[in-house]
Amino acid sequence: MKHNLILRVIAKFLIPIIVLFALYVQFHGDYSPGGGFQAGVIFSAAFILYAIVFGLDTAERVVPPRVLQILASIGVLIYAGTGFVTLFLGGNFLDYNVLAEQPVAGQHLGILIIELGVGITVSSVMLLIFFTFAGRNRP
Amino acid sequence: MIDILIDIILLSFLAIIAIAIIRTRSLLAVIMLFSIFSLLSAGLFMVLDASDVAFTEAAVGAGISTVLMLATLALTKSYEEKPSSHRPWIPLLVVSVTAAFLVYGTIDMPPFGDPNAPAHQHVAPRYIEQGAKETGVPNLVTAVLASYRGFDTLGEVTVVFTAGIGVLLLLGGRQRRKKKKEKR
Repeated sequence: MKHNLILRVIAKFLIPIIVLFALYVQFHGDYSPGGGFQAGVIFSAAFILYAIVFGLDTAERVVPPRVLQILASIGVLIYAGTGFVTLFLGGNFLDYNVLAEQPVAGQHLGILIIELGVGITVSSVMLLIFFTFAGRNRP
Repeated sequence: MIDILIDIILLSFLAIIAIAIIRTRSLLAVIMLFSIFSLLSAGLFMVLDASDVAFTEAAVGAGISTVLMLATLALTKSYEEKPSSHRPWIPLLVVSVTAAFLVYGTIDMPPFGDPNAPAHQHVAPRYIEQGAKETGVPNLVTAVLASYRGFDTLGEVTVVFTAGIGVLLLLGGRQRRKKKKEKR
């Protein structure tokens, strides 16, 4: 699709908006519908659109699959790590109350951190699966 | 009143699309119909005020899974072969009896949205009454998913991660072998 001008222009215009919307869904999930899972999927949708319009090789130069593999594990590590941090601070596993002075502030912080972990893992795994499937078709 | 009208329209469209999916032989058209099916269910969830679920259905069902199925379709044939002809009576009987039992099962269920239903009497009242106070998060769905049910969500993320590893192990090996050959 390298010669399709309209698609290229519209995609260039849309991708930043999609990424921005994903970040909004990610960090505003406490107040409005959404959260890490939805944000991760929307985030990966932006890069999938990029890969469809500009070609798989270009997209893999922007986000190398090797980096995605590491990011996918880092997300799970952030989530589970938060659980162990609360353990060491004297609480139960994933009991965010001990993360800050005030229990409510701790809850807020904990939810923000684990949602970030969810978002990172989901977006990188979705992209990895897409790259792997689409990469099979390469000559 | 308008809710019922929207429900009827959405549900009848779902039924029409389901029949179209069964009848269509072109797999590309089937994938597009699946996508429309997901989008309509997202609308149905929205009518039920489940905005988080609608969001997920629209993003995952109508978006990502359509793209993944298209990517898979590029690797296989794009037409479904005609099934071998057989008599439909026994499958039809089994399906009808199962449907009759399912409908019979719903007669005993509490009415839709009944606050006294057993499902709403266990932990839900505590989440609704104490959730905003205990977690400071106005969106109750996020509070339940991330805080009260944090361990469940950790499991879900691990499932997504495992799925990624599985796909990489099954399909991702070819590229590496190619690179090794290039080095030689």
